Formats: sequence, structure tokens, C-alpha cells
Amino acid sequence: MEVIRDLRLQLDAFSFGALIGPSGCGKTTILHIAAGLDADFTGERRIPGRGRLGMVFQEPRLLPWRTVADNLRLVLSPDESLGKLDGLIETLGLGAHLSHYPGELSLGLARRVAIARAFAVRPDFLLLDEPFVSLDVAVAARLREELTTLTQRERVTTLLVTHDLNDAIQLADKLFFLSTRPASVAVEMALPPPRGARSKATIDEIAGEVGARVPAYMPDVTRA
Amino acid sequence: MAKILSLAALLGLWALVAWLAQSPLLPSPLSVGEMVVVETRSGELPFQMTCTLARVRSKLIDRYADPWLVVLLNLPALVIIIFAYIWIGLNETAAIVAVALNKLPNVIVVTREGARSLDPALDDMAQAFRFTWQSKLRNVVLPQLAPYLAAVSRSGLSIIWKIVLVVELLGRPNGVGFVLGSSFSLFDMTRILSYAISFVALMLAIETFLVQPLERRTNRWRRNAA
Repeated sequence: MEVIRDLRLQLDAFSFGALIGPSGCGKTTILHIAAGLDADFTGERRIPGRGRLGMVFQEPRLLPWRTVADNLRLVLSPDESLGKLDGLIETLGLGAHLSHYPGELSLGLARRVAIARAFAVRPDFLLLDEPFVSLDVAVAARLREELTTLTQRERVTTLLVTHDLNDAIQLADKLFFLSTRPASVAVEMALPPPRGARSKATIDEIAGEVGARVPAYMPDVTRA
Repeated sequence: MAKILSLAALLGLWALVAWLAQSPLLPSPLSVGEMVVVETRSGELPFQMTCTLARVRSKLIDRYADPWLVVLLNLPALVIIIFAYIWIGLNETAAIVAVALNKLPNVIVVTREGARSLDPALDDMAQAFRFTWQSKLRNVVLPQLAPYLAAVSRSGLSIIWKIVLVVELLGRPNGVGFVLGSSFSLFDMTRILSYAISFVALMLAIETFLVQPLERRTNRWRRNAA
């Protein structure tokens, strides 16, 4: 079954792209190819810089038998200590939870640990797979702020996969709308700066433009 | 506390039945206890237990093939032991091979089921973050196999002890099984029970002081789960 055809997805260095598409169109497949987890494709995959990848899965995928601190340590080099992540831990509010096991954490906290783990490797390329799904509004809002701060501070090229147009508009520099299978990029939209700090009026304006340009066969794309 | 009371009740019942029976076929707990003390002081009991322990610890299981697995699963332990002694000889190698072959299929089946249930999502995570194979084995694979390995270890230990005794009874010059065999030929119930109970006590000690603490330690993340 052909999932993707003639897909070309290019992000500027240190930019934040959002990949939006209907259910089953191949977003996860694209993400897996970008992460190097799926080699069953013809084409080219290029990661910027040293090729270091950080990934935040839709489920946190923390090791339940290791503490938060151990989950973070596992992605560090042997010569690196957890102290190196002090700034990251503070930004994400994880200081009080380092000795906890993932089973003791709320979903929001577990997602923040997963984000910390992704940034811990000092990635050149960050992949985010629906990081806000199933979170309540306040928790999701806080996580968006933290992601904006971190991606700007750490200067990481980022690709977000999401159903939520609001998340994409608030966080991204560029939107990529996928067609149905076999997926390709149907529409690309560059967004006006600054990302992460767009006013409601700007967001509404962008959403209006999306509504005009994006094909009608994307009922799963939501707008809160 | 419940375990202690239960064991005390068992001892009490044994003492009562032995007193009522007044037969050498069922000596009292006191006589058996005295025999344990005598055998321990002489060094005989520790020596025989050490021989048995060494055989259990020496066993390691590695190779299988599925049809062989099915055959071994269904072959009676006694038959395997006899085959080993006839084909390899009445020696330690045959004894260890017999024990290993008896336990091997169960270990393989349970471990295989554990391997089949490994979470592919964690595998993807390990791959995405470029875990080394050593780190993946230690941090991702083995913890998932731990419950299966614990189950097979616990059931395996209890089965192996029993098999080793039969191995020793049939063809070894020492060990608890050998002593039980020679005691049986003399109808020495006191000696039989003293060795059997010492054996059980040792297993209980291993369970209480080694297996359970290890199990509690490796499972503490489950107890802390929200």
C-alpha cells in the first residue's frame, strides 16, 4: 500500500514546522521516516547539523521501571551528568519529580519528562507527535509556552504533527497540509512572526486564510 | 505472622499424629530435630546439601528447537534421567545434563512468551534515541522479561530441587537424594524426614531471604504507580 507519494518537506534551519492532515493520511509514517524508524521508502532524508534527533511520541514512552532522573540519564552520553540538564529541568518544572516513577506522574507531567528527554540529547531536529492530545486546556497551554521557550532557546529545527489547527498556528513558522493517501503536501503556508506570541486576532486571521486555502477533505482538523 | 502461625500449626499436628501413632514410620518433630542437629554437627548434612546445591547452580540452559521443545516438555523427568545415566554414565555430567534437560523446556516456553510480549513502542523509543544494544538490553528488554524470568525461576527452583533429588537417588554417591535413597532401604524415617525438612527449610530460607527481597526491589516501581 502506497502511503506517501512525491512528498517534499523542507524546513529552514531552526524553524518550527507543523504537519497537519486527516486521520490515516500518513502523518505517523512521515514522522517515523523522519525519525529513522521506517526505512521502507524511496527518497532522501536529511537531518541538519550533526544529525541528532529528539522525539516526543504521542504516548510519553517513558521506561516505567526507571525514575524520571534515570529516564533522562539514559539518553545522555556516559561522560555527561544530570546536572547538565538543570536549566531544562527547571524550565519544565520537573525538579520535585526526579525520584518519581512514571506511574506516579500525571499525563501532563509525563509529557514534560518526555520533552525534557528529547531536549536532553541537544537535538538538531526535534519531532513532536501530537504532544498536547488528551491534556486539559491549562496544561496544554503551559506546555505550548514551554515548548516555544525551549525551541527558541535551544535553536532546534522542529516538526510538529497535530490535528489541532490552534496548536499549529500558535507554535509554527510554517504549516504543511497533507492530502489524503497517498499523501503529499497539498498546501504550504508561511506564518507571520513571531511564533509563540501571536494575538487572538492574528490567529483568527490565519485560521480564516487556512479555511479558504485548505482542501475540504480534512474534517479531522479541529479548531477550538 | 500468619505464615509463622500456619507453620506452628503444621508442627503441632505432626507432633500429635506422631504421638498417637507411636511408630518408627512417623517420628516426632523432636526426634527429627535432634537428627538435624546431629547430622549438622558431624558435617554430614551441610556436605550433602552442598553437593545438591552445586548441581542445581551448575545447570544452565541455552539451546532449543521447537520440536525438541515439545518432546522434552512431554517426556517424563524420570525417563530423561535414566537416558542421561545410560548414555553419559553415572557421573556428574549426566546428572547436570538430566537436570538441565528437565527444566529447559519450561524456561524456554516462558521466556519465549515474555519475548513475544515485549512492547514495540519502547523498542521504537530506544531506536529513536540511539540506545546502545547493551543499554537497550539492560534498560528496555530485561525489565520487561523480569516477571517471566521471576516466574520461571520460582517454579523452576522448586522443580529443579525435586529433579535433583531423583537424579541423586538414581545414580550419585552423595547428596540429599542419595541419603534419602539409602535411608529408604533401611526404612529410617527419622533420617528421611530430617533431610527432607532441612531441605525444605533451606528452600524457604532462599525464598524468604533472597528471592522475595529481590522481587520486592525490582517491583517497587509497580507499587509506586499511580
